[in-house]
Amino acid sequence: MGNITPQLYTLLVFMVIGSIVAIETRNLLSAVISVSAVGFALSVAFLFLGAPDIAITQLVVEVLVLIILIRGTILLDNTSVETHRDTLAVVTSLIFFGLLLGFGAMIFGSKGFPAFGEPLMRVSKVYVQTGLPSTYAANIVTSVILDFRAYDTLGEATVLFASILGALAILRRDGKTAKGEVVPA
Amino acid sequence: MTVYFLCAVLLTMGLYCLVAKKNIVKKVIGVVIMDYAVNLYLIIVGYKRGGVAPIVERGMSASTLERFVDPLPQALVLTSIVIGLGVLALMVSMCIRLYEKHGTFDMSQISKLRG
Amino acid sequence: MKGLSLIVRTITDFVVAFIVIFGAYIVLYGHLTPGGGFAGGVIIASAFILLMLAHGKEVAFSRLGVRAAHVLDSAGALAFLIIGWLGLAGGYFFLNVFGRGEPFRLLSSGMILPANIAIAFKVGSSLFLVFAALAVFRRRSFRPMIEDDLS
Repeated sequence: MGNITPQLYTLLVFMVIGSIVAIETRNLLSAVISVSAVGFALSVAFLFLGAPDIAITQLVVEVLVLIILIRGTILLDNTSVETHRDTLAVVTSLIFFGLLLGFGAMIFGSKGFPAFGEPLMRVSKVYVQTGLPSTYAANIVTSVILDFRAYDTLGEATVLFASILGALAILRRDGKTAKGEVVPA
Repeated sequence: MTVYFLCAVLLTMGLYCLVAKKNIVKKVIGVVIMDYAVNLYLIIVGYKRGGVAPIVERGMSASTLERFVDPLPQALVLTSIVIGLGVLALMVSMCIRLYEKHGTFDMSQISKLRG
Repeated sequence: MKGLSLIVRTITDFVVAFIVIFGAYIVLYGHLTPGGGFAGGVIIASAFILLMLAHGKEVAFSRLGVRAAHVLDSAGALAFLIIGWLGLAGGYFFLNVFGRGEPFRLLSSGMILPANIAIAFKVGSSLFLVFAALAVFRRRSFRPMIEDDLS
């Protein structure tokens, strides 16, 4: 595929507009649906950037994020209307974020940073050249996460295990006291 | 360079939503937006101009191997997306518990000290 | 938790088997086409979530109970760890000691296929358990938006 820069800019602008809607709207359900629209646009952007693996994963994970967030927000039918606005916090955060963006522009425009479309690929050259001959897997991303760097995948499985266990422990029906007797919720 | 700058704008908007909003579900939405921005930035760093997806097919010549995009950021982002889902489940379960205990989603009511 | 209407239940009966088969295809061919254990596990979890939403919790728990989901979750994580330990027999942790086979076939590339299957079990049952905990366990001070929902 040729030049993808116009499509990428369109998707990025769409994501920024969707995030503005998600942040500023008062109805919680609208905010959740706007964030899911941003997620779907992100999946299309991954497809344009040559990452079909990531696009599939982002799409199905986005559906589950939508389900979990809707379950979390269905308790109230609208947000609590913010009658007073904490002006000092908003002004301070806007100044701080302006500084952050200026710093980012300085870094991204500097000379040592690789331009968009020319990655450095010092380690990945080895993975791409020896991926198929040494692991016999045609999908190089899978051979990276499950053969060359399988230890990172073990860490990721552990983090997923711990977070799901934590969520189940918080939402448990019956609690237990220190002596081990069951206290009904 | 403007592509990177738009990613930074997305990250900053997520951070603003996390800090300056009072509703706890809006804070969770801010964290989700920051997650999207970071994953997008990693994949954009690895993009090669005119590149194809890093999947080898039968009878592929060695010159096509030169046109692959970078597979290493894709491996990192794959784990990052699934970890983001797990962390979101934990955050939403805490929101539900907080709502049951205090009856509201408003952080300024929840964080008041009660003697 | 009650189910949904008759149209939804009929279509779910047709479609659930295909979703599980599609998820299994994405898991098993993860080393040849895009996909892998994570995406396939999430797809299989969403098939069970669809079953629970359409038919109610009794039918879904009769297919995959909470205790069975806990066992599958832990078994998947343990299997991944054991595959890593088997590499110690050949040299270092996570060395690829299974047979390689030929490229572009299904049964090839050593330990990538069992690792994908273990991860799919782990991710699928974890997400099903999280959805069951969020949607089904009885909550205390709860005002539902829709009348016949989430009792």
